[in-house]
Formats: sequence, structure tokens, C-alpha cells
Amino acid sequence: MSTDRIEKKILLRAPRARVWRALSDSAEFGSWFGLKVDGPFVAGATIRAVLVPTTVNAEVAKAQKTHEGLVFEITIEQLEPEQLFSFRWHPHVIERGVDYSAEPTTLIVFVLEDAPGGVMLTVTESGFDQIPLARRAKAFSANEQGWSIMVGVLEEYVTRAQ
Amino acid sequence: MRSSAGAMAEPRVSAPIFAALGDETRLRLVSRLCHEGPMSIARLTAGTRVTRQAITKHLRVMQGAGLVRSTRRGRESVWRLEARRLEAAQHYVELISKRWDAALGRLRKLVED
Repeated sequence: MSTDRIEKKILLRAPRARVWRALSDSAEFGSWFGLKVDGPFVAGATIRAVLVPTTVNAEVAKAQKTHEGLVFEITIEQLEPEQLFSFRWHPHVIERGVDYSAEPTTLIVFVLEDAPGGVMLTVTESGFDQIPLARRAKAFSANEQGWSIMVGVLEEYVTRAQ
Repeated sequence: MRSSAGAMAEPRVSAPIFAALGDETRLRLVSRLCHEGPMSIARLTAGTRVTRQAITKHLRVMQGAGLVRSTRRGRESVWRLEARRLEAAQHYVELISKRWDAALGRLRKLVED
């Protein structure tokens, strides 16, 4: 397994224009990713995004409160309508008052392709090997909490479905 | 779904590993033990500007994180890597990967509903 790169493929049973809007409209992107984004996605622009807690579960929202209001910066690279969307960010920025601007970023690329019944979306995040080990350690402990929360949300969905 | 707690226990193990590796000297020690195999502190110190005491201190930190261990050979200690613990460091990427799974699950819900 690569330590530098993550690749995900997901078949979305929705029109290509719908998927594109969910990615390229900053408000829609924020709604599924869990961010409040300040302004539209425009190639070359650097946009502020603020972490917002989920509305799914009050307890989870409470746990996420510790990270609420943390500011991300997203630098948009490419927007090719209904084909490709890419941006850069600092993965898992979790500390307040730390200037990350000099640190390397990871590159996130979304690629849309027609597939039977919908759109095949491929997302890659790469550049983890450039992130300092100490930072990875910190991101890791934050992520651990994130993952615990995720399991809780999953449990809730499963329980509700039954 | 208590079984998930077991899966989460492993990542908990990895954070001190990253912390222990977050130092240039320690990374160099790991690299040497990785490429040259088990060796004594005397050999690890030879040819570096780092003192024997400093090397020992770094090795102890890494030992605390379960990255290396020492065995007695006559009058000296021989240090070796604990390869299995080092592999645990790979969980960093696995966890970010899981985060993407969750996010894409929410994206699917949004566009398919």
C-alpha cells in the first residue's frame, strides 16, 4: 500500500451535471464534506473554509465542537466542467494558531466519467510523503478521534435503517 | 457493533510511533537498522557526530514506542528494529482513506436522493 497516495472510486447513480454541482458548488461541497466554505470555487483562488459539526447526531456534534471553527485554506487548481476538479489543502489541520502556510499540501483530484447507470467518480489525494512526520503524528491522533466518531455515526445509521 | 472497538485499538498504537519518528536522528537510526541490520550502540555511533549518550537516549525513546528492541550480546547491547510496529505507521494513510469513504458516502446520499 502506498503511503503517499489514496485513490477512491465510487459509482454515483445521478446525472453528471448533478455530481458536478455537488463538487464544484462550494456550498454543496461543504454540505457533504462538513465545511462552511467562504466564497465560490474559482481556479487559482485560495478560499477559507471553516469546520462545522454534523447535524446528524447531537452527541457527535458535541464531540466535534472541539474542532468547530477551525479554519482550512483550500487552493483551487483546476475546474473543467463535468470532468475534473482539483484543489490543494493541508491535510488534517487541527491546531489553532499554527501557521501552516510554509508546509507542503496534498493534492485532491476528482475525475468524473460516464458509467452504466450513472457517473464513476475517482478521487485521489496525494503528497502525504511530503508531510513532516511529526505533523502526521498529530494529524493521526486527531484522525483517530475522527474515526471513532465516524463509527458512532455509522452505528446510528445502521440502527435507524432496521 | 463492539467489534469495531478492536479495529480502532490498532491505530491508537501508531500515534507514539510517529512521535518517536519525528526526529531526524531517530529517522537516521531507523534507516541504518533497516538497511544494515541489528547492531551495537558503538557501531551506530561510529562515523556520526552524535554522542553515544545521545544515541542511547534516542534508542530508549524508540524502544518506548516499541519501534526497536535490544538484546544482550556479551558485554554489549545489540539493537534491532521491530518491523511489525513500523508497519503500524501505515495506518495513517488507511485512516485518511476511511475518512474519504465516509465523505463519499455522504456525497452519494446528496446526489442520489
